[in-house]
Amino acid sequence: MATTADHFQAHADHHDHGHDHDHKPAFFARWFMSTNHKDIGTMYLIFAIFAGVIGGAISGMMRAELMHPGIQYLGTFARWFGAQNPDFNSTLHVWNVLITAHGLIMVFFMVMPAIIGGFGNWFVPLMIGAPDMAFPRMNNISFWLTVFGFLSLMTSAFVPGGTGLGAGTGWTVYAPLSTSGSPGPAVDFGIFALHLAGAGSIMGAINFITTIFNMRAPGMTMHKMPLFVWSVLVTAFLLLLSLPVLAAAITMLLTDRNFGTTFFDASGGGDPILYQHLFWFFGHPEVYIMILPGFGIISQIVSTFSKKPVFGYLGMAYAMVAIGVVGFVVWAHHMYTTGLSVDTKMYFTAATMVIAVPTGIKIFSWIATMWGGSLEFKSPMVWAIGFIFLFTVGGVTGVVLANGGVDDYMQDTYYVVAHFHYVLSLGAVTSLFAGFYYWFPKMSGKWHSEFLAHVHFWVFFVGVNLIFFPMHFLGLQGMPRRYPDYAEGYAHWNYVATIGYMIMGVSIVIWLINIAYAFIAGRKAEGNYWGEGATTLEWTLSSPPPFHQFETLPVIEDAVHH
Amino acid sequence: MNFALTARTMGRTMKAVSLAIALLAAPQFALAQAAADQSAGNPPAVAPAPGAPVAPSQMSDAAKAQKAMEGTEEERAKAPTVEGMANAVSAGDESNKPSATTGSYTPMAPTPGKGMPVEGAIGLQDQYSKLGEYGAWIHDWVLMPIMTLISVLVLALLVFIALRFNKRANPVASKTSHNTLLEVVWTLLPVLILIGIAVPSIDLIAKQYKPAPKEALTIKVTGNQWFWTYGYPDNGDFEVISNMLNIPGEPTINNGVREVGSKPWDGPSHLEVDNRMVVPVGEPIRLQITAADVIHSFAVPSLWFKLDAVPGRINEKVLFVEKPGVYYGQCSELCGAKHGYMPIAVEALPRAQFNAWVLTHAGGTIAPKKPAAALAAPAAEAAPAADASEPAGDATAEAE
Repeated sequence: MATTADHFQAHADHHDHGHDHDHKPAFFARWFMSTNHKDIGTMYLIFAIFAGVIGGAISGMMRAELMHPGIQYLGTFARWFGAQNPDFNSTLHVWNVLITAHGLIMVFFMVMPAIIGGFGNWFVPLMIGAPDMAFPRMNNISFWLTVFGFLSLMTSAFVPGGTGLGAGTGWTVYAPLSTSGSPGPAVDFGIFALHLAGAGSIMGAINFITTIFNMRAPGMTMHKMPLFVWSVLVTAFLLLLSLPVLAAAITMLLTDRNFGTTFFDASGGGDPILYQHLFWFFGHPEVYIMILPGFGIISQIVSTFSKKPVFGYLGMAYAMVAIGVVGFVVWAHHMYTTGLSVDTKMYFTAATMVIAVPTGIKIFSWIATMWGGSLEFKSPMVWAIGFIFLFTVGGVTGVVLANGGVDDYMQDTYYVVAHFHYVLSLGAVTSLFAGFYYWFPKMSGKWHSEFLAHVHFWVFFVGVNLIFFPMHFLGLQGMPRRYPDYAEGYAHWNYVATIGYMIMGVSIVIWLINIAYAFIAGRKAEGNYWGEGATTLEWTLSSPPPFHQFETLPVIEDAVHH
Repeated sequence: MNFALTARTMGRTMKAVSLAIALLAAPQFALAQAAADQSAGNPPAVAPAPGAPVAPSQMSDAAKAQKAMEGTEEERAKAPTVEGMANAVSAGDESNKPSATTGSYTPMAPTPGKGMPVEGAIGLQDQYSKLGEYGAWIHDWVLMPIMTLISVLVLALLVFIALRFNKRANPVASKTSHNTLLEVVWTLLPVLILIGIAVPSIDLIAKQYKPAPKEALTIKVTGNQWFWTYGYPDNGDFEVISNMLNIPGEPTINNGVREVGSKPWDGPSHLEVDNRMVVPVGEPIRLQITAADVIHSFAVPSLWFKLDAVPGRINEKVLFVEKPGVYYGQCSELCGAKHGYMPIAVEALPRAQFNAWVLTHAGGTIAPKKPAAALAAPAAEAAPAADASEPAGDATAEAE
């Protein structure tokens, strides 16, 4: 590390273009060959915002179509993708492309890049007192693989995928719909996108694990690490262990599609259900991958604005470890209706319900952290409190879905859609916004408007609840997922949900205006702008932190902070 | 919430309470409970005997014409509570009245709001199977109260904290960061709650997997892109192809199929089909489900039934419809472009009318080895003790 720093120092002195002590490379080298964790984190965040706007626009297209029964806009959308006079099937195919793209973008190209690539890259080294990530160049390739994965996914929308243009398999890419059911290159592009993003994430995971294990500052023991670092560590292990299984599964899809194998084709001795087992062995840990760093962010924020250390620190850390471990043995609860045996179904019911225990520990510990605190309702805290409530609502419906016998009713209905949007769209995304307002001045050196941040929260809160709460009702009335059209009986709540989307859309505009405001007119942020409650190491640095921080490693005294 | 919904849930509570008792107690107690219910003045008519055939008075002309051919009338008459059952079944259900007058089969007109989604409703669809009632009870009376309680508790704590521990009310933060007792309590309490949920939940799964009796009618369900086919191997192995009816003013979804609303018995658009899956009411039916191309899922919410149709596999599950009626469902696994346009319509008819329907198909036969009455006895034995203990069958609840 010292040599790297020296090298940069020498390099910059030679060219003599640094008039402060931040010796930054020139534009192309800095942003395209970046090895700096903060620059890569920034790029991840910008990328995630970009992808999130596209994914969010796609959900707008879906909510527009679902506002009333019947098919209204899909034909127009089909023409946008370049279809000439689409027939009815290729019009309907557009719907499947939209749901597929929305799911893949939001999971792989919005939440993961933002929460792990963005905040993880930015703040894990800062919080453990490290100068950078362990493998800076691998960090770079992780990011660019993600970008090219996204481009591959975008490309897939414009090439044939069976009944129309684009991959219309759902984000789960179930065989045989994704093999014999979808001729044409679109699904191959989609699979390749997952390969690239997955490889990027595996490398990112290796990088985080190595960094956290080996590059903690003197005195920063495992049990003194901030909970955000713990959350990223657990997440990295989940990524490392689950993504190779996804890679194997989708590689088998590719060979089934192109090279005549029959891994998932019963006529050749394969089994379509095998694909689902492999996919969900990845897919269930994946949902914890998306939410665990959010837990970490919320812990930091709640502690900061209560001016108290996190209640039950060890319980909080090991609750995340427990969620990670148990998260690997519950996958078939996504497959209750596939024809599992009775014992399998009973086991997965019981195992899934176990997850509620560590999750409950986290909710109660956040509340106990606030109890007795001196609460300041700055924007990150408001978002965090919103998170705790919304995640609780999403969590309790998860307990309903955990019951295999009850799930026979709920499986593949809007109840499931409501549940996972409560934990992801209202959970993970709310934690992302909380983290954004918490750290934005730290990252940019500029203050956002706290007023707009509060307005953003309330408009967003009303909007997303209006979108997703009625979906519970639709699901209980039996409305299946992934339908572009529906019976009259589902009209009312679908209409309400679309109104909710419009409100949510307004909140995103408020947020983007807030970012623009910060860069144009935002006042300068100090080093520790949140004051006495903010005790982790990133607050000992300036805002934004120097290009290379901790060239002299900080020493962590006993009994400092968590 | 509308009144009908409330009335329904009220009825369900009553059942729920005794069901809970039956579940927690030994099976002997459950049986005793059932006996007590009987003697406590509940008319025996409402203790449903699964598989009981209809009384002669309720039979259509078609069915009467069939009697001679079947030669099972005497056996029917021996079945217990035959007349009561038939009366209970038809009470308060207009659509049950036989509509056939010419000896042929006329599709049943669905009852609005029964077996289909209701605009603006916020709860589960009404259930018309024992397992559905049990599942709905678990949802409405075990899970919903717990969910509501936890969410409200968290919300109340957050509001209280915001009022009590804000910067103005509490300028100096405490430094408390541990309380072992508290942590043990909030770990163990959820464990206990979850065990409380798991008991009925696991029991429901066990009941759902109870296989059909050997004599049960088998129907083979095949998912196709994008329609269902229903095979009746016990009745001459004829096959019914079921396509969604086209919707007026919308693009043609299925060529050669009429528009919804062109016949008096048509149900809601998006849900009604040209040929329904007709099943006999009140007896266990073995559904064997598979697919011809990609994965589909056979789902009927009001019968608490969902099972994937997977190419190369046969999934089997018992369907038991308690009351005559038309029950709608939709394909529930993404299967390509017209995934949203392959609904399921299950029409449950009394045995005799079902037989008449069978005979309208080329090659349709009534299997002599499987008379309806023979089915009733094993079916009744197979009915689990807890189910038998339920007081006041649905007919009564419905009449309220």
